Amino acid sequence: MKRPLLKNLLAVASVIAVIAVVANGCSTPDASGTADAAQAVYVAPGTYDEFYAFMSGGYSGQLTVMGLPSGRLLKTVAVFSQFPENGYGYSEETKPMLQTTYGFIPWDDAHHPQLSQTAGVPDGRWVFINGNNTPRVARVDLGSFETEEILEIPNSAGNHASPFITENSEYIVASTRFSVPIPQADISISEYKAQFKGTISFVRADRPGEMDVAFQIMMPGFDYDVSHAGKGPSHGWVFFSTYNTEQANTLLEVNASQADKDFVAAVNWQRGEACVAEGKARDFPGRYYHNHMNEARVGVSTVKEGVKVLFPEDCEGLVYFLPTPKSPHGVDVDPSGEYIVAGGKLATALPVHSFTKMKQAIADQAFESTVDGIPVIRYDAVIAAEVENIGLGPLHTEFDGKGNAYTTNFLSSEVTKWKLGTWEVVDRIPVYYSVGHLMIPGGDSRQPWGKYLVAMNKITKDRYLPTGPELAHSAQLIDISGDKMKLLLDFPTMGEPHYAQAIAADLVMGREVKFFQLQENGNPYAIRSEAEARVEREGGVVHVYMSSIRSHFKPDNIEGIQVGDEVHFHVTNLEQDWDVPHGFAITGANTSELLVMPGDTRTIVWKADRPGVYPFYCTDFCSALHQEMQGYLRVSPKGSNVPISFSTGGN
Amino acid sequence: MKNILFASLLALALAACGGSQEQTATSADPDALTPGQIADGIGPVRSITLGPVDAALAAAGEELFTVKCSACHKMTERYVGPALGDVTVRRTPAFVMNMILNPEEMIKRHPEAKKLLAEFMTPMANQNLTEEEARAVLEYLRTQAPAQ
Repeated sequence: MKRPLLKNLLAVASVIAVIAVVANGCSTPDASGTADAAQAVYVAPGTYDEFYAFMSGGYSGQLTVMGLPSGRLLKTVAVFSQFPENGYGYSEETKPMLQTTYGFIPWDDAHHPQLSQTAGVPDGRWVFINGNNTPRVARVDLGSFETEEILEIPNSAGNHASPFITENSEYIVASTRFSVPIPQADISISEYKAQFKGTISFVRADRPGEMDVAFQIMMPGFDYDVSHAGKGPSHGWVFFSTYNTEQANTLLEVNASQADKDFVAAVNWQRGEACVAEGKARDFPGRYYHNHMNEARVGVSTVKEGVKVLFPEDCEGLVYFLPTPKSPHGVDVDPSGEYIVAGGKLATALPVHSFTKMKQAIADQAFESTVDGIPVIRYDAVIAAEVENIGLGPLHTEFDGKGNAYTTNFLSSEVTKWKLGTWEVVDRIPVYYSVGHLMIPGGDSRQPWGKYLVAMNKITKDRYLPTGPELAHSAQLIDISGDKMKLLLDFPTMGEPHYAQAIAADLVMGREVKFFQLQENGNPYAIRSEAEARVEREGGVVHVYMSSIRSHFKPDNIEGIQVGDEVHFHVTNLEQDWDVPHGFAITGANTSELLVMPGDTRTIVWKADRPGVYPFYCTDFCSALHQEMQGYLRVSPKGSNVPISFSTGGN
Repeated sequence: MKNILFASLLALALAACGGSQEQTATSADPDALTPGQIADGIGPVRSITLGPVDAALAAAGEELFTVKCSACHKMTERYVGPALGDVTVRRTPAFVMNMILNPEEMIKRHPEAKKLLAEFMTPMANQNLTEEEARAVLEYLRTQAPAQ
């Protein structure tokens, strides 16, 4: 039998290939690029990631905690949205956190996490995040990883340029992306140019439980987009990008893209403090909520009235405008504090302003005009350089602390690396697809950990197994430790991360709360032992003071509830060990479950709407006898003579 | 023919991969307990000698017991865990304290604690008492012991 030569050759070649593959399997793995990348992101079982990353949830309203370099999901912190997974925003203790002057708001759009800083370096105490839709800012504690404080921002709309932080956490900022009548009023939309205004707010941030609007600045009716605080020599200033200086109120994609330049607003907040102290601020109406978890870990809402508002014409030196090409989006300050990089999203070059030149231009009065009492500095008097060949649609820039800057380009789907000072582009890497923000751990601070970069992409398309029309947004981890950027890992994220921040894990790990001390539980409905478990009727409201411990509730048999009663289950977890939460759920609850941390008390309200016997149970698998952790509540018709009674195991 | 050649080559190559899988003989079991650990449990507390009952310490211990222990332990009846009225008669003082302070290791390694887990199914919870607090609970438990 004759075989064609080609076929024989193929057979021999395939055998050799098999030997090669198998032999290779015996030795050290092939050191290809993929193997290197896998090793770089591999976090062995039982070991920890190097960084905590805090990714905003965007339209989820939450904050996602992930590990880097693994991209592993560590936790979702509920911030602006109700979270049935643990009862946040459903339990009586946490409902006050979501109160606003618009009533109870169960959702928001969270964009920009900001780690607290000391001397311009992330310090691991808190992370702040903005609510864009119903203007708010929140503080999450990094001991408990829980939202402890939320402040509504009055006289605002679309709180986007927020909550960027000053270098000692003195202030976080808030602003109007959408200018509106201030104070709000029934005005024709066509009156935009004449009547609509923007505001920039400075919120005191370094006093836990006492976040408050220190002062607001009345600004022209532009869109205030993103910001970043100065640092080092530029400490005391915060920079805000603006667009729609055309002041269009319809079809902004065309009408707000007309001018060659919009502005970066440079705000001297120390000057603002001085003007307030000198009595130059006007007392202005403004009603807003302050919500915080008090020492007893119970949410408390306070309504505040009135704010101090500074008008730039009353406080010389408070605000300057730096002309900046084509609808700038990101505004980022380099680690030295000297350079202010603004991503002109419709520009072809990336403008970089100099803080030194800005100060000189102010001293020289190098102004080209004045807008609503705000001097506009001449472009040539403030610009340090325009980075050429940056890419298409430059948005955001972060820094590695080694003299390099990294800029995302939305339209050309790439990250460009360039050098501060020489302004030359030295590397570029494609990302998949349409990148928005990027994040380098500490990359907007004075001391970045310049090892990794995370690109947060807006479009996912074909990067993962398809999941119908909606896909998880993709993030990509890039190694920036060498001259060339190297793509290491794709990982899906929750909601839509806009910005993110990351911090070395050891700055946070030491703060962890493992459980709450039962003896210090100050919740008015807490019980400190099973002996205190009881059921009490107060008219149509029945309070169940319940304890949970592996693996029973006390009480677990409850009778004497009547149709129409409102039953308040106050569940105290008596455990005093790490990672032993207990859950609580009862049939027909139109709220959510409760997830109660060790030593803590949480309350859920349940309406008895029909006679019967309703089981309740622990929802968090807690022990070998978790399935036995259950109980019954009997509901009798209204007016029934079944007395209130309760027990567990005959006790 | 081609398939046989392929398979035998593959087998040869795979065999070459197999390293020696010898078992190393264990000379001494590192997990073996000392007689002291058998008697007094495994944990921070070594054998201790008790004086007469200190009433103030016992009162502090009762308060702690109510908050941190009573959800699972009664004095005269089996509950989530064993009845503790006679525990100071059955166990050494150090054993009681080590069971409070180091329950995870106790139920993993100590034969008596392992038996308890098998019987009660719910592991003894670590309620994170300090050594002083465990000592106070021990003192309270001494007051509950039946008269000798």
